[in-house]
Amino acid sequence: MYEVIVIGGGHAGCEASLACSRLSHKTLLITGNINNIADMPCNPSIGGSAKGIVVREIDALGGEMGIIADNSHLQIKMLNSKKGPGVRSLRCQADKTTYPENMLKSLKSEQNLDLKEDLVKELIVENNIIKGVITESNERILSKKVIITTGTYLNSDILRGHNKVKGGPHGEKSSLYLSDSMKSLGLTMRRLKTGTPPRVLKDTINYEECQEEKGDEKLLSFSNFFKPVYNIESQHSCFLTYTNQTTHKIILENLDKCALYSGLIVGVGPRYCPSVEDKIVKFRDKERHQIFLEPERENGNEIYVGGFSTTMPEEIQEKLIHSMEGLHNAKITKYGYAIEYDAIESTELQMTLETKKIKGLYTAGQINGTSGYEEAAAQGLIAGINASLSLKGLEPLILKRNEAYIGVLIDDLINKGITEPYRLLTSRAEFRLLLRHDNADIRLTEIGRKIGLINDEKYNIFQNKLKNIKELEEYLTSNKILNTKENNDYLTNIGTTPLDGKISAIELLKRPEVKIRDIEYILKEQFDPTAKEQVEIKVKYKGYIDKTEKEVEKMLNLEKKKLPLNINYNNVKNIATEARQKLETVRPLTIGQASRISGVNPSDITMLLVYLKKEFPHE
Amino acid sequence: MNDTIAAIATAVGNSAINIIKVSGTNSIDIVNKLFKGKNLTEVPSHTINYGYIIDKDEKIDEVLVSIFKSPNTYTGEDIVEINCHGGVSCTNKILELTLNNGCRLAEPGEFIKRAFLNGKKDLLEAESIADLINAKTEEARKMSMKGITGELSKMIKTLREKLLTIIANIEVNIDYPEYEDAIVYTNELLEENISEIKKSLEKILKESEKGRIIKDGLNIGIIGKPNVGKSSLLNHLLGEEKAIVTDIEGTTRDIVEGKIILNGITLNLIDTAGIRETENVVEQIGVEKSKKILDESDLIIAIFDGSRPLSEEDNKILESLKNKKVIIVLNKVDLPQMIDLKNFSPFSIVETSIINNKGVTDILEKIKELFNLNEIENQDFTYLSNARQISLVKKCVVLANEIYESNKQGTEIDLMQIDIQSLWDLLGEIIGVSYKDELLDEIFSKFCLGK
Repeated sequence: MYEVIVIGGGHAGCEASLACSRLSHKTLLITGNINNIADMPCNPSIGGSAKGIVVREIDALGGEMGIIADNSHLQIKMLNSKKGPGVRSLRCQADKTTYPENMLKSLKSEQNLDLKEDLVKELIVENNIIKGVITESNERILSKKVIITTGTYLNSDILRGHNKVKGGPHGEKSSLYLSDSMKSLGLTMRRLKTGTPPRVLKDTINYEECQEEKGDEKLLSFSNFFKPVYNIESQHSCFLTYTNQTTHKIILENLDKCALYSGLIVGVGPRYCPSVEDKIVKFRDKERHQIFLEPERENGNEIYVGGFSTTMPEEIQEKLIHSMEGLHNAKITKYGYAIEYDAIESTELQMTLETKKIKGLYTAGQINGTSGYEEAAAQGLIAGINASLSLKGLEPLILKRNEAYIGVLIDDLINKGITEPYRLLTSRAEFRLLLRHDNADIRLTEIGRKIGLINDEKYNIFQNKLKNIKELEEYLTSNKILNTKENNDYLTNIGTTPLDGKISAIELLKRPEVKIRDIEYILKEQFDPTAKEQVEIKVKYKGYIDKTEKEVEKMLNLEKKKLPLNINYNNVKNIATEARQKLETVRPLTIGQASRISGVNPSDITMLLVYLKKEFPHE
Repeated sequence: MNDTIAAIATAVGNSAINIIKVSGTNSIDIVNKLFKGKNLTEVPSHTINYGYIIDKDEKIDEVLVSIFKSPNTYTGEDIVEINCHGGVSCTNKILELTLNNGCRLAEPGEFIKRAFLNGKKDLLEAESIADLINAKTEEARKMSMKGITGELSKMIKTLREKLLTIIANIEVNIDYPEYEDAIVYTNELLEENISEIKKSLEKILKESEKGRIIKDGLNIGIIGKPNVGKSSLLNHLLGEEKAIVTDIEGTTRDIVEGKIILNGITLNLIDTAGIRETENVVEQIGVEKSKKILDESDLIIAIFDGSRPLSEEDNKILESLKNKKVIIVLNKVDLPQMIDLKNFSPFSIVETSIINNKGVTDILEKIKELFNLNEIENQDFTYLSNARQISLVKKCVVLANEIYESNKQGTEIDLMQIDIQSLWDLLGEIIGVSYKDELLDEIFSKFCLGK
């Protein structure tokens, strides 16, 4: 008898099993192929805009992805480094061999975690409470909680040209029966689609014709706690090439041959990650599209053709690839394809990622309609944590929109529902200035510690960081800078007005022209780098941070207005039919949550408030 | 919320046809009880039905009854309109019958309120209609009409669309930093766009001030010592225009002497008690009030007797006019003049002999000139006219200026997006599409909701 069973060994499944086993629950991870654990079937990168911050958050809560990525990358860079602090985000090119190897090591080192190679065909449920699973080899395994993290494997079809074959990514088996078992329990499922581009042989690319994209020349890490250890010089490069008129012509002439436009695909694909066919058809006027050539492995010979996801038949893919600069003689090692899979309607879930209908059953990752390794890992971690908290009889962990991108992600899933695979974007976070890369630990480490996933080593490092920040603030407040000639010459030189009298260092830092490195220079000091960054952001962006805090306050006020659990939306007069249906499906807990449901408009909220005032005057 | 309301929808008085409008869940049932003709509960929506309104067996009037079924109606509820013959007693009788059979008399603006609450009108349109109901002059009525047709909403919507384009572009820059698809928004590029939006907002605000004048009129304070011709001036102004408006409202009730309409603009003439230093407490209050009136007037007409030298009191009055919009009326010019005109610099002077009816029209011409009233008459009225809207536009202008300034300082675009987003939200608030707590408070304070 296990306490938790996790179905699926992808990024969500790994985080969920690690969280549960580390929180001392006897856990079983069932997956189709143990050698395929933590596989990256699509792009060879981790992080990116918003997603990089999610990895920092996972790390701050005590998850594994950040540490593994730090130990397994070929290149790392800070995106948006020239923009404001609210939008900086890390992205690395992860090694598709070492990342899964390192993750498997972590899993195997957990005493409470067993791994099992099998597929689950059925859920055992009694009185709407989960009791365990039945595998395809007809084994009945009982448990108190089940977390489903099947990714794109649920009832999946691989599509290329006019061919449609049952199967998961790169030749793995599809999970054929679990989806039906879920449907029979009354859970609503929907069909989604995603795709992947071809891979080409490294040595057949003419790099002279491409533009080189190097990693940053500064040591960077996803981990909030551990210093990066890699050699900046030995990072691998990516390369950039473009589609051209010939490429576009081939696509337009062969549209009827691809799975996407031949009517073979019924699932909805992501708009923000379109296939190259879509790009050409929908943006006909664009002369060229960027194509990124990304290394997949340190010891491997494959290059990922980023931005070229396609469902064309193989011979057309050959022609297309060869039409582009640098790829005229490239040899394709794997052809691009689309994959269609079953996902659960995300409005079936509670904010804890437990299903509303089956107690003890959680779902996380792509099965919930998201895309991306990072979004999956984040959900896996939250589902794992909440399964554990529930086993221990503790309050669940629900991160708010002002606390974490993970909070934004789950809140969107549950309230907005999904029409296409969901990807996190910075624009989805209305309080993104608070949800920064640099303060992920300050936001979340205490939470991770309380849950029990932050060990003493990490916690001490964190405490030390806080101490350094506090000390630096105090130092800058109490230290005065004098109007000496030397100081004033320096200040004039950096384009700010000289001092009349003495001024505290922190006051001087408030001037837009003055950077903290100028203060260091004037005071002839070297500050701790992380403390320095925090203090500078706090001082420089105070105005905007305050504004955002005010907005947060408004949101939290709406969150305080609770909706009665027994409310019958059919009795609420004059709300739009769509709003009524959505409210009935989601059954929001607060007015704030109700106002974020898509299809519920301000006028509906007004009418809802009118109804509440009338019917529940004392609540 | 649920009850059925009724009201006479046409102007009360003897006319060819009057309309009684009934709206609410039971409207068709109620009117059907009074109607002899087809069974109204069975006729299709949007039809006109011929018959009689009856009281028990007595035929009251021969009528046409229009049936509009929810949801495609003005209020979003079932609506019945009874077209009866004009005539006060007959119309009132029919209204009375609807009330006796379960309708409630509608409050002013209640039909539009329901239309708003049912999502048929946006807040701006609803407010415009409320303005229309209260419109004092023909110009104000025209202006309210503009609001209803949604021209204001359209202007605001256009601005919001522009902002949204900027926001979307900034977002793409952040989320796809390595893609060349979107224009990279630089401070220079943003400056161009923001300054354009800023100008539009400032224009709307400026015109809104005019809108306020059209809607509420100009407050004109009249000041002068006793016996300089204040009363004669008032009488002449009011007498000549022959348009004394009697429904005086609000705090100025005890001081407004009368109203006249000039080029379609209401001029509220306000007499002041005169400014005098006084020991008397009661009089002191009057003096305080006068000072307040002077401060709140759009224009001050100060009258002096030209045949006497300036007294200390006159000088006190002149002192109080500093930095205000003023017309000096120098009365009694038919007598030998004792005042040097230089004393009145920099104000414009109109020389009159009110008793001889000389110069009064010159005062009116001067008012037209000072407020461009000739222009207002011919202009397109796309103004925001109520206080809530104007204060929101003011906020927008302030914010747009802040954005403009911080952009000039080279603030990171993604930070400025925070303010651009707020501006977008604020504009939405004007037309009632943002969801805001304050907006709800506003709505709850304006409309009586709940029990």
